[in-house]
Amino acid sequence: MTAPLLEVDDLRTRFLTPRGPMQAVDGVSLTLAAGETIGIVGESGSGKSVLGRTIMGLITNGPTTSVTGSVRLDGVDIHGLTAKGRRALWGTRIAMVFQDPMTSLNPTKLVGTHLTESLRFHRGLSRGAAATRAVELLKQVGIPEPERRAGQYPHELSGGMRQRVVIAMALACDPQLLIADEPTTALDVTVQKQILDLLQSLAERLRMATILISHDLGTVSGRTDRVAVMYAGRMVETGETGRIFAQPRHPYSGALIESIPRLDAATHSLLPAIVGQPPNMLNPPAGCRFAPRCAFAQDKCRTESPELVDDVACHFPLTHALEVPA
Amino acid sequence: MSRTLPKTLLSAVGFVAGIALILLSASPDYFVTALRLVVAVAGVALMIVSGSALGKRLFGDDFDFSFWFSVTWLVLLGLAVALAAWLPLGEHIDVANSLDQPINASPDPFSANPLGTNLFGLDLLARSVYGARSSLVIAVTAVVIGTVIGGAIGMVAGYFQKSVDRVVGIFTNSLLAVPPLILLIALATVLEPKIRNIAFALSLLTIPGMVRLARATTMLYAPREFVVAARALGATRARILFRELLPNVLLPILSLAIVMISILIVAEASLSFLGLGIEPPEPTWGNMIAEGEGSVFEDYPHIVLVPGAFLFLTVFAFNLVGEKARRRWDPRSVKL
Repeated sequence: MTAPLLEVDDLRTRFLTPRGPMQAVDGVSLTLAAGETIGIVGESGSGKSVLGRTIMGLITNGPTTSVTGSVRLDGVDIHGLTAKGRRALWGTRIAMVFQDPMTSLNPTKLVGTHLTESLRFHRGLSRGAAATRAVELLKQVGIPEPERRAGQYPHELSGGMRQRVVIAMALACDPQLLIADEPTTALDVTVQKQILDLLQSLAERLRMATILISHDLGTVSGRTDRVAVMYAGRMVETGETGRIFAQPRHPYSGALIESIPRLDAATHSLLPAIVGQPPNMLNPPAGCRFAPRCAFAQDKCRTESPELVDDVACHFPLTHALEVPA
Repeated sequence: MSRTLPKTLLSAVGFVAGIALILLSASPDYFVTALRLVVAVAGVALMIVSGSALGKRLFGDDFDFSFWFSVTWLVLLGLAVALAAWLPLGEHIDVANSLDQPINASPDPFSANPLGTNLFGLDLLARSVYGARSSLVIAVTAVVIGTVIGGAIGMVAGYFQKSVDRVVGIFTNSLLAVPPLILLIALATVLEPKIRNIAFALSLLTIPGMVRLARATTMLYAPREFVVAARALGATRARILFRELLPNVLLPILSLAIVMISILIVAEASLSFLGLGIEPPEPTWGNMIAEGEGSVFEDYPHIVLVPGAFLFLTVFAFNLVGEKARRRWDPRSVKL
């Protein structure tokens, strides 16, 4: 196997807030090969967006943040680079798709300008060449009448169209790694599927490695090669997508999968939910962070923090497959 | 069509008749004073009502007569100011050339001095137009200086925040803490009363407001995802400030700038009225009004009313246009 495109090793992101330090990402390691897709799932506040932005290098060491560990893209440590060095990577090697297409486009700029700016900036294209390429990009992300759309303002486009523009912006300079941070959360369900299908086919066609961040297990299943489950800043389980959905080994992954509403569930049956709420990250519980909500927790869980061994961070991993596989 | 045409014609006739009534009331020959007032008011009312009806008929129901009246006034004034040297106006500054003119002549639209003359026989229409020159140049220059400097400081403070913002906050609050008129009087005593210096002094009044608006608007837009997205595509800070934030900050700032112009026109007039601004015989609206001091106003009210009307209409027009611009581009009403 060739060297992976992205290697994240023991990445920790800590914010110094006025109320004390907050460990948003706590020792996450993962690797990603070219063309591979990994899904990162977890509840709100589990640190998945911060993880995405730290991998990107948007969050880095600063007066109120500390990042340790390493993120290597083709062997180059992103956090070891100067601000200028990172800027040269952004857009050309790594790109990001954001959650809310309503706010991720500048209301005063034409759709076409959003695309041509980075083309001219990074690729040094002429005005005309950039405009031609922008129309091609819009066509590539499935926008009808791309010539007309390029001359419109973002408010003239629907939410789904805008998200397509955001994707086209990210793809403009052929990045090797695309980080999609909840790309469909702000969209209608029908549009969600279109956007996810689009991302998937583009990733395959352009052989782009993709990190798909989502709180929705449904978006991740069937579209990713591997999944990493995050809880309270830690990666609690990782593995091949089919395996995790069929036989989750961490009680949290199991509970997450069981709480997906199912069409074949008995009528009026109660949706299984995880009791309690995610821990306060300013003051996380000792031991396993999921222990206070875990149905299988034992004394050891409340005192000793489990390491990620064999793809799962749990003292007493589940051993049986789910009764009804997802 | 057959029914609407007479109505359009009627409003057009009413509009023209209104203007004619105003002109008639301004000429001394036709009516006694009390009647002139009545005719003038009737003329204004007729002009507004039929002008509004005419506009609605021609341009649709959302036609705003006062807005277009203001725009027309500002355009006419701007043209007159720009072309003053080539217009067939009377003498505005050199007393030697006005020796043969009647002094303190009342306005008569159909005479050589349509708006009358002052104590030295200088033509009031000419003086008002040339006065507009200094008033507008001073106000616009001051606002441009204030907008550029204040806007830049405010955007930097709003974008970088932290210590930069704190320093800027102290600076703007200190400027706001000084009473404007006292500041102006203090500056006027040290600076020579030239157009450039007065514009500079007045620009100090606009800076704090501009800083605050630019800062607040920048802070509103800076956390939006499109700024992070631009950063994630490799944009530098300068690029983000100029290309991403500036276009969003510009609209609300420009609408405040228009309103500021009207405030500064009044401020400049006040300074000139107090004798601290441009000095006569060089006309400005302020020192023209000051010519009516003492019993002059009682005997020859037009000496004060003519520049007063120019001042009123111009400030009114700038306010109205600025208000409309503000309502159109108010940052709070920006929906995304």
